[in-house]
Amino acid sequence: MANYQYQPFDYVKPPELEGGEASTVPVAIIGAGPIGLAAAIDLAQRGIKVIVLDDNNVVSIGSRAICWAKHTLEIFDRLGIGERMLDKGVTWKIGRLFHGEDEVYNFNLLPEDGHKYPAFINLQQYYVEQYLAERCAEFPDLIDLRWKNKVVDHQDDGDLVHLTVETPDGAYALAAEYVLACDGAGSATRQRMGLSFKGETFEEQFLIADVEMEQSPFETDEPERWFWFKPPFHNGQSALLHKQPDNIYRIDLQLGPDADTEHEKTEAAVMPRLKAILGDKPFKLDWMSVYKFQCAKLKRMVHNRVIFVGDSAHVVSPFGARGGNGGIHDVDNLGWKLAAVLGGADQGLIETYNTERLLGASENVQNSSRATRFMTPKSSMEMMFRDEVLKLAGKEDFARKLINSGRLSVPCALPLDQETDAKAPRKIGTVIVDSPVSKDGKACQLIDCMTGNHQLLMLNQSGADLYDIHDGQLDTAQRLKDSTNLLAKRYGVNCAYLIRPDRYIAAITNDVSEEALNHLATLARHTGATNERAA
Amino acid sequence: MTTLLNDDFYERLMSLHDGLSDEQSARLNARLVLLMANHIGAGETMDGLLEKAQEDQT
Repeated sequence: MANYQYQPFDYVKPPELEGGEASTVPVAIIGAGPIGLAAAIDLAQRGIKVIVLDDNNVVSIGSRAICWAKHTLEIFDRLGIGERMLDKGVTWKIGRLFHGEDEVYNFNLLPEDGHKYPAFINLQQYYVEQYLAERCAEFPDLIDLRWKNKVVDHQDDGDLVHLTVETPDGAYALAAEYVLACDGAGSATRQRMGLSFKGETFEEQFLIADVEMEQSPFETDEPERWFWFKPPFHNGQSALLHKQPDNIYRIDLQLGPDADTEHEKTEAAVMPRLKAILGDKPFKLDWMSVYKFQCAKLKRMVHNRVIFVGDSAHVVSPFGARGGNGGIHDVDNLGWKLAAVLGGADQGLIETYNTERLLGASENVQNSSRATRFMTPKSSMEMMFRDEVLKLAGKEDFARKLINSGRLSVPCALPLDQETDAKAPRKIGTVIVDSPVSKDGKACQLIDCMTGNHQLLMLNQSGADLYDIHDGQLDTAQRLKDSTNLLAKRYGVNCAYLIRPDRYIAAITNDVSEEALNHLATLARHTGATNERAA
Repeated sequence: MTTLLNDDFYERLMSLHDGLSDEQSARLNARLVLLMANHIGAGETMDGLLEKAQEDQT
């Protein structure tokens, strides 16, 4: 009996099958997983009407994506569920790395001062989907969430995409100006279009299991993260143990390429393995799965009016939590661009989504492939090097940096360089960093002041003016005080930053005259990376 | 560039392997490569050495 109470969402007979006319909507989203739901909220917050179509009617079965990184949490903050995730999620600080019987070293992820969100939290995907679905319900006029509505065909006529949707009450037709394919790794949309989805397939098999236990398996009540290379309880492979909310612990065990998948899935095979890790403390198996993975991506994420977002466009190994996080980064990159194009902006802006997020996907594939290689050395010599790195890491800092059990998802740098000789602590093409500020006499965070529009942050002696930009012109400003001096430390003084809706810095200037700031505001119309820049 | 590597160094390097099995020797070499790479630091020098090592592959 699973710990989480899965509440099915209600199927409602769609109006098209009640004699209503065939709808044409600005955006149809296929798939109500975390990516599709997040995209729906982002667009709704920008006033865009969407229909979300999902062939199922429950949230994710099993915890699946559990590790949400800082940048992603800041995106979720903008979408309205970040604080709820932080409240529920588990934040660990102490990580321990073992090689065989021995602890090689441990580290403390002491958070840097002055950030609203930590490096990451652990929270089961089903909670994230539940929070997103509940947030969607706050936009009844803009988000039409349709469960048990399966898209079985689509035709792009150049201006509209025509969908055929099957329901328990029969099929109906729907048209959308844009379709977001958020239908996951096995994307039916991608398959219908016959798009090549190639990459590296790994033969290594992994067991993933969630167990519920009252007593902590760690030697302390504080949540930790334990990672083993060649654990003594599990012959020759790797293992990972970390905590999720509700006293659920995630265990990942590398089983090797030759493991008998069907046998490994049985409780008879799983329970002894878990007992070997958890010892005699009582536990209950909550969910498990045995899987292999591949690293692959589409050649293009934008195909005229069909746009691929998340796992439908790229899949990676789980090491580094770059699947769920990478997908949310896609959403963050696309939302403002799609809204602008639907509002009349040049369609080329959507092409910059393709360019920028393929870069992100490449980086994620590269990072997760490298982690996989470190965990599954390909030859006996590679295994020796790996083991000697682990041996040296006990006393040599440099060797610790080579240990790779996954590099946690971070936002990729974008080639947005405008010609600039501006001197400032932050760089063009990177994401802004959070900082404490005060506004109207109240302490808050810079992240809380981001509006999801283009903004201009102008640093002055006492703090900063944060302007919203509309139609290439400066609008109202929030007056921020630098209550802790961290703002000046992180952003400098007498400089100004043009910030995109996804918090990427698109331009920097040291000339803070009114004329220069007005000019910076006009650049807001062209802040996407083009192919030439990415090349 | 003149080298300080001389008979004395070579003798010491070889003597590290005295009495080791092939696997122990391979592991020692691996540690030595890692320590030397760290000492040199990543960059052009290391890139050049990696290329040079690959040239004489038989």
